[in-house]
Amino acid sequence: MSQNKSVWLHRALLGGAMLLGAGGAVAEYGLNMTQGVTEVSGEVYRLHMLIFYICCAIAVVVFGAMFYSIWKHRKSVGAQAANFHESTTVEIIWTIVPFAILISMAIPATKALINLEDTSDPDMTIKVTGYQWMWHYDYADEGVSFFSRLDEKSNAARQMNSGIDPASVEDYLLNVDNRLVLPAGKKVRFLITANDVIHSWWVPSLGWKKDAIPGYINEAWTKVEQPGVYRGQCAELCGKDHGFMPIVVEVMEQGAYDAWVAAQKATAQNDSPVATVVAAAN
Amino acid sequence: MSEATTHDAHDHHDHGPAKGLMRWVTTTNHKDIGTLYLLFSLLMFFIGGAMAMVIRAELFEPGMQVVNPHFFNQMTTNHALIMIFGAVMPAFVGLANWLIPMMIGAPDMALPRMNNWSFWILPFAFTMMLSTIFMDGGAPAAGWTIYPPLVLQTGDAFPFMIFAIHMMGISSVMGAINVIATILNMRAPGMTLMKMPLFVWTWLITAYLLIAVMPVLAGAVTMLLTDKYFGTSFFTAAGGGDPVMYQHIFWFFGHPEVYILILPAFGIVSQIIPTFARKPLFGYSSMVYASASIAFLSFIVWAHHMFTVGMPVAGELFFMYATMLIAVPTGVKVFNWVSTMWKGSMTFETPMLFALGFVVLFTIGGFSGLMLAIAPSDFQYHDTYFVVAHFHYVLVTGAIFAIMGAAYYWLPKWTGHMYNETLGKWHFWLSTITVNILFFPQHFLGLAGMPRRIPDYSVQFAEFNMISSIGGFAFGLSQLLFAYIVISTIRGGAKATDKVWDGAEGLEWTLSSPPPYHSFSEAPEVK
Ligand code: HEM
Ligand SMILES: [Cu+2]
Ligand SMILES: [Cu+2]
Repeated sequence: MSQNKSVWLHRALLGGAMLLGAGGAVAEYGLNMTQGVTEVSGEVYRLHMLIFYICCAIAVVVFGAMFYSIWKHRKSVGAQAANFHESTTVEIIWTIVPFAILISMAIPATKALINLEDTSDPDMTIKVTGYQWMWHYDYADEGVSFFSRLDEKSNAARQMNSGIDPASVEDYLLNVDNRLVLPAGKKVRFLITANDVIHSWWVPSLGWKKDAIPGYINEAWTKVEQPGVYRGQCAELCGKDHGFMPIVVEVMEQGAYDAWVAAQKATAQNDSPVATVVAAAN
Repeated sequence: MSEATTHDAHDHHDHGPAKGLMRWVTTTNHKDIGTLYLLFSLLMFFIGGAMAMVIRAELFEPGMQVVNPHFFNQMTTNHALIMIFGAVMPAFVGLANWLIPMMIGAPDMALPRMNNWSFWILPFAFTMMLSTIFMDGGAPAAGWTIYPPLVLQTGDAFPFMIFAIHMMGISSVMGAINVIATILNMRAPGMTLMKMPLFVWTWLITAYLLIAVMPVLAGAVTMLLTDKYFGTSFFTAAGGGDPVMYQHIFWFFGHPEVYILILPAFGIVSQIIPTFARKPLFGYSSMVYASASIAFLSFIVWAHHMFTVGMPVAGELFFMYATMLIAVPTGVKVFNWVSTMWKGSMTFETPMLFALGFVVLFTIGGFSGLMLAIAPSDFQYHDTYFVVAHFHYVLVTGAIFAIMGAAYYWLPKWTGHMYNETLGKWHFWLSTITVNILFFPQHFLGLAGMPRRIPDYSVQFAEFNMISSIGGFAFGLSQLLFAYIVISTIRGGAKATDKVWDGAEGLEWTLSSPPPYHSFSEAPEVK
């Protein structure tokens, strides 16, 4: 299916179903899952669309039969009730057919899952730790580590009746003071844990989320080819400021990334930002 | 059956209810207790609903305007606990009380004193639960799933919440024992298991699920209690415990619990559709087997709520396959309902409208469930508004629509009065339109990346949140109409016939409307 056609089709299906009658407005807002920027996120997106279309097809058949029946088999149009109430053949068919559809769905899902969980042979490793309410990133190989928290502007605007219009804040609630920086085209392995309660590290463009659990070290990986800035949020309820611990990932070309690492190391020697952030957090 | 025939000899010679308030406090009558349960459920529906209004008001637009984040979390947590344990479950138990004896030809429930007790625990449990809002540290705010370690940060409310959950559990288990004892011992002669109405069947299966899983929940919350106050470390990593083990235990309860919330609804819809299609239920025995398979499968799918906790791949695959499998018997049910309508002679009174609304909208919730079952995609869906949309389709337009359909369907039997059909239809259409404005956009929000359980959100989510909130307020208001219709039908209205609906089949319709205080003093003959 061509890209255009599939976009058109899902808009028509989603838009048609949403009963808002504002077809034009629909296109402006995020309606669907992102395709993301990794091979994995693309695979997840395609699985999502596949199962969605399967559901649509079943819906057309089932609801079609139901509304046909409501239309034709009404007492008010003189329908007489038949008296059949059993058919083993039919029952067997509508058990087997859905079962077969599900198997055809399970095969690509299994492949995608195995690929998603394959954290072997990474080019580098970053340890991610969730705190109430910020993230800590540790580039073990480089000796670089820092906290990442909601940016000042969002934080001011999100206070109760702050008088600041959220729309006037750039990337409201999706911006941080220190971004997680990754090199493009490298397989990055994440070791994800938490220090206090359970959090969940989620950047939709990467295609997955993984819980950060005290006492556990979960593994996940990504490989982003395209430099850019990708935003996400904590996805597991972690207390009062759960909604206010976003994630920003910046992917850079190798050269720029190396320069960033060098700069981080230099500032780390001058004044330890980690120590000051920890002090500020306490 | 001996209970029924010897009944008169044992009786206390009073064939009517006691007078005044004490009638309700001391009653052991299945109808009075059923009424108490149903009215209690209605009250909880409005209290839980008021909390939902607070949630939707805060989410009406970006920024924090109405409540602070901690109170917001208290609202989401208590909204869910009250709706699940206070509104939906007691409504089903109320329906079971009213209907099971009348449907199987029994005079009353098998264990009437326990029946009284299992109801009267509930007002105390929920008063305690609600009183935690005024305690130091506020009400529980860790979500209805009360995951540690977060829930261990709860203030003074913590032990009260645990105790309230224990009381709700005891009440449910007693209710379930009563249902099983009644169905297995008190059926009229000739009422074999495979002749029982589907509502009775689905409740029998639900009762077994309740007995199996409520103690599991009790164990989990007791371990939380000892972790907090008695120095154990079941779920505390620092002490050698495991926070993920809590989730396994909770969801071993939690997934069967969601079927506890829907199986009686399946039963209700299977009663209503044949009546208004004037045609027997299609595939009765396959409906029974499908319910039993759903109940069995519900014990082996729990970890689909935990795909992101970092299970081994083999575990994720197992739970993905098992969850997909559960869609098959669920589908069979939907196909059977549609086939029951096929070539019927349908009319569309309010109960039928709710049943049809159920079939369509519950199925939409089933579709999103099937999508959530696909583990790799669930890595995106999990803990977003997509999940919120899913469970509100299955619970509001599923469980609650069925309960409302049941209320319209049997209210004339219970009260002897017809409800106002025009108002009933208004209630149905208002509810159906507004509930979709409320929950359908939440699918888009979740797919676009909005996490659940957040009090504020980035501006890209503003439009759909506003639409959803408007739908929410309108849905909330529409329910006042329901309360009005129910109360005015209790008070008066056109006289209902014994059969009420011309297509109705079943023993309850052979009794007068309203039925005598003791349903079947003489056991009826079932051909
Ligand atoms: C076709 C049948 C169904 C399937 C395949 C299914 C699947 C799922 C899955 C995989 C999840 C976890 C989503 C996540 O957290 O990422 C979920 C959540 C949920 N489902 Fe279903 N479901 C089905 C039917 C139902 C029914 C009938 C009910 C209740 C009436 C229900 C109630 C819920 C609830 C309450 C949650 C959310 C729990 C929470 O995290 O708070 N589901 N469902
Ligand atoms: Cu969080
Ligand atoms: Cu489940």
